[in-house]
Amino acid sequence: MSNTTQLLRFITAGSVDDGKSTLIGRLLHDSKSIFEDQLSAITKTSERRGGMGAVDLSLLTDGLQAEREQGITIDVAYRYFATPKRKFIIGDTPGHEQYTRNMVTAASTANLAIILIDARKGVLTQTRRHTFIASLVGVPHIVLAVNKMDMVGYSEETFDTICAEYRAFAAQLGLHEITFIPMSALNGDMVVERGENLNWYQGSPLLELLENVVIDHDLNTTDFRYPVQWVCRPQTQEYHDFRGYMGRIESGEIAVGDEITILPSGRTTKVKEIVTYDGNLQRAYAPQSVTLTLTDEIDISRGDMFVKSATMPQASKEFEAMLCWLSESPLDLSRKYIIKHTTRVVKCVFARLEYRVDVNTLEQHSSATLNMNDIARVAMKVQQPLVFDSYIKNRFTGSFIVIDEATNNTVAAGMII
Amino acid sequence: MSNQPFTHLDVLESESIHIMREVAAECKNPALLFSGGKDSIVMLRLAEKAFRPARFPFPLVHIDTEHNFPEVIACRDKLASDLGERLIVRSLDGSIKKGTIVLKNADQGRNAFQSVTLLETIAEFGFDACIGGARRDEEKARAKERIFSFRDEFGQWDPKNQRPELWDTYNTRVHAGENIRVFPISNWTEMDIWEYIAREKLYIPDIYYAHEREVIRRDNGILPVSHLVQPRPGETVEKMMVRFRTVGDMTCTCPVESHARNAQEIIEETAITRITERGATRMDDQTSEASMELRKKEGYF
Repeated sequence: MSNTTQLLRFITAGSVDDGKSTLIGRLLHDSKSIFEDQLSAITKTSERRGGMGAVDLSLLTDGLQAEREQGITIDVAYRYFATPKRKFIIGDTPGHEQYTRNMVTAASTANLAIILIDARKGVLTQTRRHTFIASLVGVPHIVLAVNKMDMVGYSEETFDTICAEYRAFAAQLGLHEITFIPMSALNGDMVVERGENLNWYQGSPLLELLENVVIDHDLNTTDFRYPVQWVCRPQTQEYHDFRGYMGRIESGEIAVGDEITILPSGRTTKVKEIVTYDGNLQRAYAPQSVTLTLTDEIDISRGDMFVKSATMPQASKEFEAMLCWLSESPLDLSRKYIIKHTTRVVKCVFARLEYRVDVNTLEQHSSATLNMNDIARVAMKVQQPLVFDSYIKNRFTGSFIVIDEATNNTVAAGMII
Repeated sequence: MSNQPFTHLDVLESESIHIMREVAAECKNPALLFSGGKDSIVMLRLAEKAFRPARFPFPLVHIDTEHNFPEVIACRDKLASDLGERLIVRSLDGSIKKGTIVLKNADQGRNAFQSVTLLETIAEFGFDACIGGARRDEEKARAKERIFSFRDEFGQWDPKNQRPELWDTYNTRVHAGENIRVFPISNWTEMDIWEYIAREKLYIPDIYYAHEREVIRRDNGILPVSHLVQPRPGETVEKMMVRFRTVGDMTCTCPVESHARNAQEIIEETAITRITERGATRMDDQTSEASMELRKKEGYF
């Protein structure tokens, strides 16, 4: 492993029938990331279930007892593998209708989404749903994997027809940067190796794409955003007057001497030091976790945000957002909920339900409440002003979760418009 | 705009620091579970990076099975004292004396019983969050667990009813009597841990490095001979060059054959090994396909 190995997080969306688990199994198997004891365990299980000799690679990702009994994936599972170029985290999400929330969850941290299609079936309702969610959650890179090409005689024409139909749909969502790959996960064509059957395809096999897709620009590099997590006051003799503001740079960069504005108060000051355990820095970038000291003594606490005056975020008690309802208990418009946004926790109410989106047709409907897996546009009011950017501009300062105070459950995920 | 290139270790490290600071800021009475094993030693360094120049905003807590390797306990005590942080140790023997743990025989494996003493310790100190060094690549049930994993008042994990976890916005809220288990190195792999140990030059118990040891072969594994594990009739004691990939209960933690004498050589061995960390070293995980899941549902880490 070289010292410059990057980390890529991706998700796979599709149903068991599309060969999703087989694709992940194939990626792990052909990149030599499956261990002998794992292989022997799934071989045993394949035999016990009466498999016809071939090892069922999909068993690798079925983690929980209930899933093994029912033969389905019930939650988000994370898998890890590495090649000499990159380390990968796979968020494996089930494709069943009732589990939209799991895909939203896994997509929220992903650099890339692989959307699987069965070449025999083409673009289905669930394909549209997965694509809509990937675009809603702002996954920067989309790969359409047209699987089971072996079942359609490796037909280039079939592949082209599917790509054209998908491209037309994706354009409605404003998605243009899509990579299309024909493959057979079962036989291993175009997953890790090119194989012999798809010679008409000029692009890279999937793994090569995963290793090379440029992700440096996935983070917002222009707007400095630094939510204060924790105020460090050691109160020891050596650090008697030390007062450091600990946090992670969510976007942009900061240097010693830079002028910053502290929100929501609006006070300005300068960065005196960038302190880390490994020594002070002159300059730091997202996504580093650091400690900042300032030239002026100002009353600052967790929940405040440091920004640069040139690129200010919005600050408001009212905003609109796209919301995915995650809880089994429906939204109660008469109740107050809690929002956690960056490091700030505030009470909120839902002022208006603008519309609910049918994730299958993208049609907008009026709605009196929200149920699990519903996606809607809402207007919200919060007790204290939040400092935010639109989600499209900044995934970290544009997102929030909604918590039900009675149960402490996370009931919704929000993306500010 | 030019960003300096961050490696996967930089990104993972920053994520872990961010998680630890969220715990410190939002939980009322957290604790860091610290065993003296390699993962928890990495956690200590991450806590230093998260909170220095101040002291840790939580004590270190060790649930001692009394079946630990003496080298590990010595390392635990040395690191806690070098750092000047508070170490709380609670022993399974305490629970056995009280009668809350009943063993079938004195020498049986004790990993599964740690949950009892852990829950008693959580109740004794009123901890609302326990930070642990579990990783998702270790085991299939762990692969599905959240970074902030909610436990009810019986310490139980309910895998079908987990809180969704989005972006890096963690829900840390619990009611009185409930607690959260937090796993800041969820996204690290065994390889990442060794690369970090090498990069940070971390001091770890020397039984992680190759050494000559008396072992016996039992149930498809190699077991270290100790006062708890003696050869049975028909078993012979062999001397072998071995190292431990994990250091748990001496009665069920198996070493692997190795000549790797430092972190760099272990990285090279890890890169070509064909057996998972737990598969090679933990007999108690092999009893059934769901062993870890069942233990977690009962309050295990």
